[in-house]
Amino acid sequence: MFQCIYNGEKEAKAGKNVFGATIRKMLEEDPQVVYLDADLMNSIGTSGLENTLPNQVIEVGIQEANMMGVAGGLSAVGKKPFAHTFAAFAARRCYDQVFISIAYAKNNVRIIGSDPGVTAAYNGGTHMPFEDICLYRAIPHATVIEFTDSAMTASLLPKLKDRPGLTYCRLSRKNCVAVYSEDSTFEPGVANVLRDGKDVTIIACGMMVAEALQAAVELEKEGISAAVIDMFTIKSLDEACVLEFAKKTGAIVTAENGNIVGGLGAAVAAYLSETYVTPVIRVGVKDEFGQVGTPEYLAGVYGLTAADIISAARKAISIK
Amino acid sequence: MLTPLKEFATDIRIQQMEEFKTRGFGHLGGSLSITDCLAALYGGILRIDPKNPSWEDRDRLVVSKGHSGPAVYATLALKKYFPLSVLQTLNQNGTTLPSHCDRNLTPGIDMTTGSLGQGASTACGMALGLKLSGKDTRVYLVLGDGECQEGQVWEMALFAAHHKLGNFIAFLDYNKRQLDGYTADICDLEDPAEKFRSFNWYAKRIKGDDPDLIRETILETQKEQGDRPAIIVLDTVKGSGVKQIEAIELNHHVNITAELADEIIVQLKKEKEG
Repeated sequence: MFQCIYNGEKEAKAGKNVFGATIRKMLEEDPQVVYLDADLMNSIGTSGLENTLPNQVIEVGIQEANMMGVAGGLSAVGKKPFAHTFAAFAARRCYDQVFISIAYAKNNVRIIGSDPGVTAAYNGGTHMPFEDICLYRAIPHATVIEFTDSAMTASLLPKLKDRPGLTYCRLSRKNCVAVYSEDSTFEPGVANVLRDGKDVTIIACGMMVAEALQAAVELEKEGISAAVIDMFTIKSLDEACVLEFAKKTGAIVTAENGNIVGGLGAAVAAYLSETYVTPVIRVGVKDEFGQVGTPEYLAGVYGLTAADIISAARKAISIK
Repeated sequence: MLTPLKEFATDIRIQQMEEFKTRGFGHLGGSLSITDCLAALYGGILRIDPKNPSWEDRDRLVVSKGHSGPAVYATLALKKYFPLSVLQTLNQNGTTLPSHCDRNLTPGIDMTTGSLGQGASTACGMALGLKLSGKDTRVYLVLGDGECQEGQVWEMALFAAHHKLGNFIAFLDYNKRQLDGYTADICDLEDPAEKFRSFNWYAKRIKGDDPDLIRETILETQKEQGDRPAIIVLDTVKGSGVKQIEAIELNHHVNITAELADEIIVQLKKEKEG
């Protein structure tokens, strides 16, 4: 059960602090859980854990490829690994290792990619992952999740520790816009309908959920009734939910903080084109590289704002 | 008279020929060159139970040069992990014996390999996990020489030494040849034992065609390595033990007729009989 508390304000706690505390709790509760990092513990709120829990925390150093292989090997001898690096590196630097040593070998590993999309901010194009959703979606049987806010991270991350196979999670280190109450719970693969509507459905993930909620409020003023769905499990897509709202509203907008090539919008559009043909307008990065800037500035540059969602909604409705 | 381990190695070669004969091609060179190492490992070194391939307290073997699968399958069949007749399904449609090792298909295979360099890290992760769990089991790794051109091997080498993996022994099948030619011409490994020593590994370099010497060296290494990972560099010949295959210069992946396979099987059986 979840409660949507969105009012446009940011959470008091930074994503990295919640992540660090959640990892610590999991390590303390289950001695088989292990945490691996590639020299970014200081960035993600886990530093110091290697001293208090040395048998469960492995600072690998700057070797993402080796880290993913080691994680696969740890799983093969019964450990429950969580491996973190920036999402850009989790996607690009070690794709074959993730593909073969984890997914194809059927090892059970959870990979956390931090700084999704424009939240990589001042680290710029080299560190800005617009492609990670696409790449991880392309790995057979993988689960792909994007945490919407820290309340979700704290609640959902521990649920993943016994999940079989490869699970990839996008996570923001920063203070997210608050969407959920702290006592909310989440089920992987089950989308959350945050707002019902009649005219158009906005299906979003990550930071775009808050933008979608804002867009819905503004659309209502124009007399447009927009449903908002948090598709935090991007793969496997909650197809039943997509189909229900395609039938109910007849127009879909998707919104994601990443390239529209192979992302959430591509998944939704592909599913609907084979089941219930519906206009799908994708809000997301239009096949571009990243650059430095504040997340707010970059959201404007790449078209990732509530205003972009509103335009997309009007367009989707116009071609019903 | 062959020693029991040499006889075992010869049997493994015979069974490999039975495998390759059915399909007519395969990674013969690198399968044959690790055969003596496999004979030593499965001839008394590995703590295993073929009736219980997933026994939690078994030693693990990761053959990172996964294309040598056929040599491992022949060994596993001789150890009765599965019937010898299964060997004839190598690379047939729907087989449990693919060209590269797959832990989800073949009983007794501990890790999926084939994309070079990756078994190095997974083996290392297994050794680390077993050490963290306080187990006394060991992890063995077989690396190829061409494989050591992959950067991932050296990431692993740094990591394994840093984490003092004294339960970890690697072998390097130094047969000096890779798919496109000689390693010395393509990207030279020079003296790999020295390189691993400089990474703070315990390293030995021996002739790789004598399973009794390999066995003796493993036992000595277990005593001497302390809390260091160890590597035994095996000077081998690609195609080792079968002169017709050794003689093919580029013998990484070759075709073999049923007639030639049979001729080799007769020859190996004669060697066994002395």
